[in-house]
Amino acid sequence: MSAPAHPARDTGDRAIALATRALSKSFGSLPVARDIAINLPAGARHALIGPNGAGKTTLINLMTGMLAPNAGQILLGGDDITTLGPQERVRRGLARTFQINTLFAGLNALEAVTLVVAERRGLAGQFWRSVGGYGEAIDEAYEILRKLKLGDACYQVTRELPYGRQRLLEIALALATKPKVLLLDEPAAGVPQEESGEVFEAVAGLSDDLTLLFIEHDMHVVFRFASHIIVLVGGAIFTEGTPAEIAADPGVREVYLGKRKHG
Amino acid sequence: MTTEAATLTPRGYLQAQNRWHPLEIAFWLATLLPFVLFPDYLSLASQIAITALFALSLDIILGYAGIVSLGHAAFFGIGAYTAGLISKFGWGEPLSGLILAAALAGLVGFAASFIISRFRHFTLIMITLGLGLLAFEAANRAHWLTGGSDGLQGVSIWPVLGIFKFDLYGYTAYAYSLAALFVVFLAGRRLINSPFGLALRGIRENWVRMPAIGADSRAHIRKAYTIAAAIAGLAGAVLAQTTESVSLESISFQRSADVLVMLVLGGAGRLYGGLVGAVIFMIARDQFSGIAPQFWYFWIGVLLVTVVMVLPNGILGGLSHFYARWKRK
Repeated sequence: MSAPAHPARDTGDRAIALATRALSKSFGSLPVARDIAINLPAGARHALIGPNGAGKTTLINLMTGMLAPNAGQILLGGDDITTLGPQERVRRGLARTFQINTLFAGLNALEAVTLVVAERRGLAGQFWRSVGGYGEAIDEAYEILRKLKLGDACYQVTRELPYGRQRLLEIALALATKPKVLLLDEPAAGVPQEESGEVFEAVAGLSDDLTLLFIEHDMHVVFRFASHIIVLVGGAIFTEGTPAEIAADPGVREVYLGKRKHG
Repeated sequence: MTTEAATLTPRGYLQAQNRWHPLEIAFWLATLLPFVLFPDYLSLASQIAITALFALSLDIILGYAGIVSLGHAAFFGIGAYTAGLISKFGWGEPLSGLILAAALAGLVGFAASFIISRFRHFTLIMITLGLGLLAFEAANRAHWLTGGSDGLQGVSIWPVLGIFKFDLYGYTAYAYSLAALFVVFLAGRRLINSPFGLALRGIRENWVRMPAIGADSRAHIRKAYTIAAAIAGLAGAVLAQTTESVSLESISFQRSADVLVMLVLGGAGRLYGGLVGAVIFMIARDQFSGIAPQFWYFWIGVLLVTVVMVLPNGILGGLSHFYARWKRK
């Protein structure tokens, strides 16, 4: 790693929604995250790219608390959340989606999103009234599905939904937690290229208040939707910058086109 | 269901899930038949109702939340011994006995749930098996209290509501067991259709996703386990009261295994799975043991293997599958 990481850019007067400081993690002797410092300003549309095994998903796991770091800090809206459990982070407004569908296969889309809304509203412990009695929660769930064009499929069992719609449901479940920061792990993974636009149109249609970080391999998509790109190689930030800067960076070209780093 | 759903609003769709199906009403009316048609089988009928209640409690944790248990008889036994002992020491009033037994079993379940909620799958099978064996040996060892392998004697239950005496023919026993089953079933039906029931299904369907939607799965499991333990205790108490005795068998591994078999036969994760499973299992046991008293488990084995191979979602799962196909035509 010859190229030094750029210092975090000046983000003007925008508040930092999510930040990591000197975040490090290793599996045994294998470092998978090295001294990672990221600042996501509120409303950001940041892309996280890097070759396979660069530690992109690991970074999301660290941020969301599914993995515990060996060192470093994670700050959500300025608060240190490093020691909080995953569900506590979700309740504070940090949600994620999964690269491999992690859905409720036996529930239909309406039930699944209603469950998430019920959890957020603190209703999920109530066992004395039928779900049908919580009209507002149901309406909210349906509205999320409708916005993602899943309204007509909401009574279909998840496992029977077409794959592309399952990818949208991944996003719907995360949105139902009403996140401030949303981390999307390859939202269009496995979707045929001609259909992946649909998934990213949905992502592009999300509220401007929502802070987004997404992992994506398709450079066309990255250049189109990201305002800022972070390049991760070997568990460390290789470089970061605007799409134009990244496109012009010979180091990034070498990483991607030259000797690819695996591991 | 999909054709009806197209015309429904999302609210209407979820409200409709709570509505009674005509088959359900038919099922509950049929439970009254033994009074008229099989008065000689009333004691079997009350055994079935008690076992169904026990299976219902396992269904809440295993069928809905996907939490395996091989030691569920521990709570059944705690309920049975509690009800039996209360009566032996002078308080024979049945309804308060039931409530106390359920409360104590629920309390023990709550304590155990802090261990249970931390584990899954194979580990959990071993832990629940171990806890079940522990409870059995504790009851066996405490001969002075439980009567050990001789069983608890001297249980005497007062008339229900001060009116209905437990008669020799088993009319009161069956009515009492059936009433307990029905009341708990109504509560269980609510629970399953509630947001909490939805969360339990979420845990079963995807354990990994639950924290990522902000859900505290362990808290849900603790709650479900406590409720299931209380219901199991209630079932045990009904058995103790209607038979006016408690045997070591009520807390045995055999009972834990049997209830699991029933649930799988009937269809786990379905409201009526445990009920139908209990009916089939108990009647099969009654009939098979008539044919060959010592080898009746052989036929239960055949039944279990056949059902699991042919109908992986149990008998009810299979039936609803065929029903859905038939309706689509």
